Amino acid sequence: MSVWRVASSALAALCLGGAALADPPARVVSINLCTDQLAMLLAAPGQLVSVSHLARDERSSAMAAEAAAWPANGGRAEDVYLLAPDLVLAGSFTTPATVAMLRRLGIRVELFAPATRLADVGAQLRQMGAVLGREAEAEALAARFEAALMALGGDGGAPPRAALYAANGWSSGRHSLPGEVLAAAGFANVAAGLGLETGGFLALEALVLAAPELIVTGRPWPGASRAEALPRHPALARSTAQGVALTDSDWVCGLPHVLRAVEAMLEARHRLAPP
Amino acid sequence: MSRLLLPLLGALVAALMLASVLVGPAPVGPGESLVALVTGDAGPLGIVMREIRLPRAILGALVGAALGLSGAAMQGYLRNPLAEPGLIGVSGSAALGAVIALQTGLAAAFAPALPLAALAGAVAAVLLILVLAGPRGGSLTLILAGIAVSALAGAATALVLNLSPNPFAAAEIVFWTMGSLADRSWTDVALAAPFIAAGAAVLLTLGRGLDALTLGEDAAAALGIGLTGLRLRLVAGVAAAVGAATAVAGAVGFVGLVVPHILRPLVGAQPARLLPASALGGAALVLAADIAVRLILPDRDLKLGVLMALVGAPLFLHLIHRTRRDLEGTLR
Repeated sequence: MSVWRVASSALAALCLGGAALADPPARVVSINLCTDQLAMLLAAPGQLVSVSHLARDERSSAMAAEAAAWPANGGRAEDVYLLAPDLVLAGSFTTPATVAMLRRLGIRVELFAPATRLADVGAQLRQMGAVLGREAEAEALAARFEAALMALGGDGGAPPRAALYAANGWSSGRHSLPGEVLAAAGFANVAAGLGLETGGFLALEALVLAAPELIVTGRPWPGASRAEALPRHPALARSTAQGVALTDSDWVCGLPHVLRAVEAMLEARHRLAPP
Repeated sequence: MSRLLLPLLGALVAALMLASVLVGPAPVGPGESLVALVTGDAGPLGIVMREIRLPRAILGALVGAALGLSGAAMQGYLRNPLAEPGLIGVSGSAALGAVIALQTGLAAAFAPALPLAALAGAVAAVLLILVLAGPRGGSLTLILAGIAVSALAGAATALVLNLSPNPFAAAEIVFWTMGSLADRSWTDVALAAPFIAAGAAVLLTLGRGLDALTLGEDAAAALGIGLTGLRLRLVAGVAAAVGAATAVAGAVGFVGLVVPHILRPLVGAQPARLLPASALGGAALVLAADIAVRLILPDRDLKLGVLMALVGAPLFLHLIHRTRRDLEGTLR
């Protein structure tokens, strides 16, 4: 690569950056489940061109019905390039090869980290607002979410002990989005006492011995897997813990929809200890 | 010594079952655990002992007995020490049957469909091997047919799991090819035990016929052994035992190779006495391996097949070396 080409591509990048600051992007393609939903919430009419096919899957997407209004893409560099976007939205864990290829083709790519805290919901709405040039809409939505979350706050009393137990025995700790949802509904997470801060695999025996009052699992996928059979082991049915299965789509992403997960957990809490 | 062999093996199995019940990730003393197991106290420890560890120990003994006995019976019939359910693709085909029953939803609608489908897979593989290897069970044909059947069953299993709409299914190829007893429950015991018991009952009656076969087919026929009936009972017994064991624990290899090999000199190479000894020996080996996987990596699900292959594969190579002349003879 010659010095001239380096310089010219740097110049081009500068111009593109300048243009993006001046005008909001006109053709936006999202290739990540979470950016799909943030963009659907905030994009101006006609601004969003396509979302990933995952956004239409109601098991993982909280906005599956809305997503039907947009053409779906497979998230591969080829599909995306042919849509001629001026901005691609991706997750920070999107295949690096896809992101690098799109950038080589001169397309601006914005990466969003996965939400790990409830506070990330407002932050990501605002980040998406800034990227799409929809700051005012984002600010309004974020403020509405934050107020609703405050209103849902715990209602005092001793927190019942709960465990999050997903496929393969993965237990989310308190420093994770599901962990914060649990805390927001006024539960104490047994994973914290077992040394799992962000999360980790929890042996079935250890879970039974920790004797939580509530065990939160995900809804099983079609087909079958031993991974999902574990949270449904008969030993858990024999224990005193109540079980509740939550829809993954409500808390996979940091969206205002996590309020639905908090509400479901509050309901579970009221069933355990009527206020 | 030889008259004491069965009681000794029985005592070993009992001791290993006790040890198996006492090993686990939960940090609880053995005395406390045993009290909870026996009294079945309603607290969490009682649930851990009775609902998690006890079914695991029982399943370990059942699966081991099924595999050890099936190995001894197949080797007796084919008069070849290399005939082992895992190596010749019977376990792999049983796993394929089980995976199909699970992923089509058949097993969810009708629970016994799981061991039945595994049994069907095992029957197909045993028949194929017997047809290909012929009554004499030449080593080369046996090994080559085994490679082909194993590869085909493994590929089909991977395909079914990759096509599954379940995002976790594809990661479970390892379980189906390596086997594990982690977090099994009474449901699995209830599904597998009747089939393993029936298969073992059939295989244990083969002793007289297999003893006669050591003299050759003509001599056996002269002694009044119906070879067709013998073959039929072998196929049914092996398929039921290996099919049910694989349906709940995945394909655990090498048990049927290692156990009869160790025990054969102790029973004077007599198939009728090798059969019950191999059942007990197989139970002991799988229980020991299942204890070892929990001691080596307490927090992870180390697969049984990993340990079994570490022990079994060198022995397999040794046996190939020993039967080398037979192999080369077939080539000429």
